[in-house]
Amino acid sequence: MLAKRIIPCLDVRDGMVVKGINFVGIKEVGDPVECAVEYDRQGADEITFLDITATHEGRGTMIDVVRNTARRVFVPLTVGGGIRTLEDYRDILRAGADKVSVNSAAIRDPELISRAADKFGSQCVVVAVDVKRREDGSYAVFINGGRIDTGLDALQWIRECENRGAGEILLTSMDADGTKNGFDLPLTDTVSRMVNIPVIASGGCGSLAHFGEVFEQTGASAALAASLFHYRELTVGQVKEYLAGRGIPVRKAVEL
Amino acid sequence: MTAVIDYGAGNLFSVKNALDYLGVPHLVTRDQAEIENADRLILPGVGAFPDAMAMLEELELTGVIRREAEKKPFLGICLGMQLMFEEGLEFTPTRGLGLLPGCVDKIQAPGLKIPHMGWNELVYENDCPLLSGVPEGSAVYFVHSFQAQTQERYLAAWAEYGGRIPALVFRDHVFGAQFHPEKSGAAGLRILKNFCELR
Repeated sequence: MLAKRIIPCLDVRDGMVVKGINFVGIKEVGDPVECAVEYDRQGADEITFLDITATHEGRGTMIDVVRNTARRVFVPLTVGGGIRTLEDYRDILRAGADKVSVNSAAIRDPELISRAADKFGSQCVVVAVDVKRREDGSYAVFINGGRIDTGLDALQWIRECENRGAGEILLTSMDADGTKNGFDLPLTDTVSRMVNIPVIASGGCGSLAHFGEVFEQTGASAALAASLFHYRELTVGQVKEYLAGRGIPVRKAVEL
Repeated sequence: MTAVIDYGAGNLFSVKNALDYLGVPHLVTRDQAEIENADRLILPGVGAFPDAMAMLEELELTGVIRREAEKKPFLGICLGMQLMFEEGLEFTPTRGLGLLPGCVDKIQAPGLKIPHMGWNELVYENDCPLLSGVPEGSAVYFVHSFQAQTQERYLAAWAEYGGRIPALVFRDHVFGAQFHPEKSGAAGLRILKNFCELR
């Protein structure tokens, strides 16, 4: 049985881990490499770095973070944030990442998805989509950390991403993000049933029960959380133990 | 010395990182003499079958790989494993390295997501030295849309995904892992270590 994946996300700025609440009010906490090693030890199935650095110098630091992590952590690494070109893709993959997630740049230039899939393979092309529900019940795609409404319909956009060769969708509900009230189940269910590529649910997770719900009530392949793990409210091990107890397939990390 | 064959495969650096971590002496090379002198060979791989074969041919590596794989332990990883079969049917039928009988075709898993991406458990079929010390049921990391079709006798382990997906195949000292041992945590590192200790 294919296991449902638990993915801790580390928000990194200028080489240091931070965590924003609703994408604002950012606090700094630690060394991303050490955090990744700790998550690996807890049994994380994959680790995501989200680079929120604005400056060019800071971006070089991110490459070092990836390189140093890939030498010590032997589970898949995903890097997102500020990816604009195929060269960005290449640099990050060469540093040891397995997947690169794109968000705003893919909306400005959807061809980037197709070109990256052609050049590096769909398996490393993750499209991150930040979604907010409109008053009429439809879903809009937001960019720039939830500040700009693109006017795009989220479901149409996600279908286009799949058709262009995206290998996975990282689906963040901007309505749920930071609330700790649970994943956006209707959104996650709609998207995960619509596409034939894996969907990672993100935003809103605040308890063990929320992980159970998202796998029991939607077709999500993975669940991503940042602050919950970062502030040690839960460990990855606790989440997996809980899920296994509910009969949800998870990877048992082995120590050999 | 273990030689990791360099033909531009995307997971080359990850394989190298894992070997560094294990403290296994290795070199990354596309040089015929270095491949001939190595004690064992690893062929990594991520991407499409026809492109990868074309690359190996352009670098004039297919001949030396076929010859040397007869003489020493050989491990293909992911696409590197698929290339070991006689033929690939991805996009256009393409001749493979022919180190193992069988072909590579699309995963048939109605109702399941493609690619087969994530951690799946190994179910053992035939005894294989690479699985020594790795408990059956250990999960390893897969990312692929195509799978090998081969006889049961070459199967060391498979994974369940809409059917049996060959996960680890072998014939004598020639091995192929559909999953990524370099990204499969402790279980994957153990499999790599077992390979690097073969003589």
